[in-house]
Amino acid sequence: MAEEIGTGTNAPVASHASLLSLRGLTRRFGGLTAVDGIDLDLAKGQLVSIIGPNGAGKTTLFNLVTGLDRPDRGEVRLDGQAITGFSPEKLAGNGIARTFQLGRVFGNLSVMENVLIGAHTRLRAVKPATPLIGPLLELGLALLRPAAVRAEEEQLREEVRGILARFGERLLPRIDQPAYSLSYANRRRIEIARALALRPRLLLLDEPTAGMNPTETAEMQALVAELKAEGLTILLIEHKLDMVMRLSDRVIVMDEGKKIAEGAGEDVRNDARVIEAYLGHGSSRPAADERETAA
Amino acid sequence: MSSWLDYTINGLIVGNVYALVAVGLALIFGVSRLINFAQGSIYLVGAYIGWVAVVRLQTPLFITICLVAASSALVGLIIERFGLRPLQNSVRIAPLLATIGISFVLDQIVMLTFSPNPRALPSQLPDIRFQIGTGTIGPLDILIACIGITSALLLFAFLRYTKLGWAVRATAQDRDAAMQMGVDVNRVNQAVFGIAAALGGLSGMLVGMYYNQIDTAMSLQATLKGVVAEVVGGAGNVPGAVVGSLLLGLVESYGVAIFGTSYRNLFAFLLLIVVLVFRPNGIFASAKQAPPEPLTGTFVAPSRPVQIPRWALVIAFMAFALLPLLPVSSYVLQTLINAWLFAMLALSLTLVAGTIGQVSLGHAALLAIGAYTSALLSLDFSVPVSLAIICGGLMSAALGTLLISPSFRLRGHYVSIATLAIGEIISLIILNWETVTRGPIGVSGIPPLSLFGFELVSAATIYWFSFSVMVLLALLQVRLLGSHLGRSFRAIRDDDVAARAYGLSLNRYKALAFIFGGFAAGVSGGIAAHLYSYINHETFNTQQSILALTIVILGGLGNVAGAIVGSVALVGLPEVFRIAAEYRILIYGIVLLLLVRFRPQGLLGTI
Repeated sequence: MAEEIGTGTNAPVASHASLLSLRGLTRRFGGLTAVDGIDLDLAKGQLVSIIGPNGAGKTTLFNLVTGLDRPDRGEVRLDGQAITGFSPEKLAGNGIARTFQLGRVFGNLSVMENVLIGAHTRLRAVKPATPLIGPLLELGLALLRPAAVRAEEEQLREEVRGILARFGERLLPRIDQPAYSLSYANRRRIEIARALALRPRLLLLDEPTAGMNPTETAEMQALVAELKAEGLTILLIEHKLDMVMRLSDRVIVMDEGKKIAEGAGEDVRNDARVIEAYLGHGSSRPAADERETAA
Repeated sequence: MSSWLDYTINGLIVGNVYALVAVGLALIFGVSRLINFAQGSIYLVGAYIGWVAVVRLQTPLFITICLVAASSALVGLIIERFGLRPLQNSVRIAPLLATIGISFVLDQIVMLTFSPNPRALPSQLPDIRFQIGTGTIGPLDILIACIGITSALLLFAFLRYTKLGWAVRATAQDRDAAMQMGVDVNRVNQAVFGIAAALGGLSGMLVGMYYNQIDTAMSLQATLKGVVAEVVGGAGNVPGAVVGSLLLGLVESYGVAIFGTSYRNLFAFLLLIVVLVFRPNGIFASAKQAPPEPLTGTFVAPSRPVQIPRWALVIAFMAFALLPLLPVSSYVLQTLINAWLFAMLALSLTLVAGTIGQVSLGHAALLAIGAYTSALLSLDFSVPVSLAIICGGLMSAALGTLLISPSFRLRGHYVSIATLAIGEIISLIILNWETVTRGPIGVSGIPPLSLFGFELVSAATIYWFSFSVMVLLALLQVRLLGSHLGRSFRAIRDDDVAARAYGLSLNRYKALAFIFGGFAAGVSGGIAAHLYSYINHETFNTQQSILALTIVILGGLGNVAGAIVGSVALVGLPEVFRIAAEYRILIYGIVLLLLVRFRPQGLLGTI
């Protein structure tokens, strides 16, 4: 299936509908090629999942798309605009939001403040980008706090309460508690709430259900389905195949930095190369066994 | 006078001495991702033990060397066991602060035992010079080279052929994996600290013999030089540390040859800043990857700040505001004036170190910029004093931020090293830029404080003036913390990667924090200049930076009320109890150590 899409130089030009397109994206660390010539197209409103064994390069790919790392080769386009090598802060301004595999909340900030940081790029005071004058204006606005700035803050706080309400009673009662005092699952939820506060055009979720029990996973799955239904474009890394199969329009399988398969969930699931990648190379265990462990 | 060959030999010999310090730092960084700020103090201890052996016990050279190495190693083991091991699972900032505290305690103990006056340390070697080409070399040069090479060989053999040496290398490569394979990491730490301390102590003794002089100011310089050499070679890279040291020795030696002795340190620190900014992993590593982050986990201790009720704040304000009306001695008022000046510095540092997490060790330099600007403006341009003080604050905000900006690219412990070096650079510029700063003579006859043309002469008016300026700055800072900027600063401190991913530009916000904090520090320095009427390049020194840091930790990082309470406690209490000046720094060091160990969130908690 990977061959159908094509890897390398003669890849098809991204159609206009595609929000994110990657071409030949490559990142090497010393002798290891963590991401090796990845092509990917993500249309507006789609949800594409990336699966693959640990160390396949999934998170590195996320880092390349969000600017935390720079590719050695290849191109990233957002809505047709080349954004390769942009800084993470600039990409956030372009509407790319992400969550992190190991959870990165601001421990000493309250739940409310954590999510407000998500809305940072939308703040009026942050907007002026003029060097020197911009930052000083920002400092001035922060100290003087004219009515417009106060109103904006109040309106954002209201919006954050709305976002937190999506998680039922998980976060709202703890809105003023510092994030470090919350449970692991709740900290993952804060991350997603923070990402939503950015009003992203593209949302990258890195294992949103890692470390969650089945009930919590089901809740998270329902939330992601809801976001998709609202038209949000989502790139998802996930190990829980059941969730991947239910949510994804398409699934991409990575192994050793390469895309080894791409297509609809069921097709990918039965692909021989995928089974081999999950089983470990050269292993002779039966395929059925693998599906259990992978799922 | 001397030939280039002489300067080369001198550079290599001095580099060899630096290498002994830097190799220890590299070993420690390798296994524990910690920059040991106490390394220079061990060097100091080594020099004084050498003095005791040579002058008092009159031991032969070989015995002296063994004695110095063994006792320094013992000091290193004690530091590791009681200073650092209890902090293993602590927050990232804790071991850094602990080594700073240990360093001050050790320095003060040496100073109290031997007095701060310089002493001669004879080398016990015959005073002859051998002619080599156009240069000369003496027996001490040969001894230093021999000790350097022997230590390098012994260390190489230890790391290569002994089981403990393997364990050290394994731990340096991957601490967790080593632990899982059954490596006793505590023993590795012990070994590394012992070796590092023995080498550091020897280095101190040799430097003392080389210049035939030892004094207690050697410590900080040695730490800085060792760190420069280590960072140039690549943090944690042992052979790199040797090359970095030799390079540093040569750069200094040639620099002195061309520009003169007072520029020696300037070259070392400029080399450090250049390397940190352009090759943060050292000259041997590729510049592309991010420098290794020292330790993991949260940077500051998570805690809930103590909520002080508004009425208590109002009562405290009224009490301090009305104090001069009560029959108190002017001594009390002067002590509190000093406390308010320190509180302004602490406000600045608590914002920079606490709120945005850039632990600055050169903060006194911001005082100096403000003080010099205000003093020179009022003297040379007849600017009214209160306006000059504001200009001092603005200059400190602008120039201080500009000079500190190379450190914005750095993280964790590197920020502390860079700011320490930048602080030293500023002090050296003040010393050497004689046309403007009047150089070593200092600025005298600075006009007294005045407000709208009225001179403030009585203790009470000066008290009210400094108190109201401090309160004003504190209120401004509270307002800042309540805005989106306060939130953004704290987010950057807690996790700069996530902060960037949400659009927070690190440069922009670090600069804003330093601009705001620089203003408060500059104003404090400006007031101090007019209060003292005389300042020079040593008026604002590292001890004040460390005192400010202790105040900030005591009050709680980022905590505005904490900075004020901490200042009153640490500046006021020693006065109340009439503690002699030389014991104060010892007490500050001990307070810092106890806080890091038992109450890392400070009295009022981190905000």
